[in-house]
Amino acid sequence: MTYTQLAVVAVVAVVALDLAIVRTNLLRRMAFWTSYAIILGFQLLTNAVLAGTGTVRYDGADILGSSIAPGASPPFLGAGRIAYAPVEDVLFGFALVLLTLVLWVAWGRRGCQRTPYAGPPRVTRFTPPRSRDGAAR
Amino acid sequence: MGHLSYLAVIVFVLLASTWLEVALRTRVYARWRRLALTVLPVLAVFFAWDAYAVAAGHWHFDASRIVGLHVAGVPVEEVLFFLVVPVAAVLTLEAVRSATGWQVGDELPGEGADGVRTTGGGRP
Repeated sequence: MTYTQLAVVAVVAVVALDLAIVRTNLLRRMAFWTSYAIILGFQLLTNAVLAGTGTVRYDGADILGSSIAPGASPPFLGAGRIAYAPVEDVLFGFALVLLTLVLWVAWGRRGCQRTPYAGPPRVTRFTPPRSRDGAAR
Repeated sequence: MGHLSYLAVIVFVLLASTWLEVALRTRVYARWRRLALTVLPVLAVFFAWDAYAVAAGHWHFDASRIVGLHVAGVPVEEVLFFLVVPVAAVLTLEAVRSATGWQVGDELPGEGADGVRTTGGGRP
């Protein structure tokens, strides 16, 4: 299978894990999407460094984009790339992050070190909008 | 220096996430057994993916930018990456919970961040 195919399969599998199999339902929570937005920012940053410097190079036959000649730099955005890395990397990262958090919440639910809960912050606390049950609105 | 460039990225991720344990009291490293049970399966799955992808030629690494130690054809930096990134993801989720009081789904009924009762109103 190509990287594109594997990345799509991985996302579908982990989404099924969250919503149907383990039923952690993180995809329905504001806490997940807020966390993912932060993580995605850092992923694009590290992807830009690793792919932009050629530390990791991809075969054009296995991605939506194309191979980059040795010594050349991939496009920053476009031609199947985002932050120099293949768009497939975003799916790869999403699957990795969601699988991690599904497992973390599932272990907590089963009573494995459910507590101590996180918080309160040592730094200044702000008062965000919140829903009564903590679910995404 | 060039050989350490991938390793430097991993150290950056480690530093950029670990401070949350102190500043926001995420208590992730404190719950190390739960953390290990979470991270090790992720490492296993994504290491297998990585090993397959390298073997199939999906991607490869610039030998001048890694230290040169390999596990099943995969640079040791990738193994460290698949340890550090899931830990950073958990730290981020718990930092969001700490900062906002939002629930993530493992709470006992009526409990929120740091165990405060959340039903029927905001946190104190």
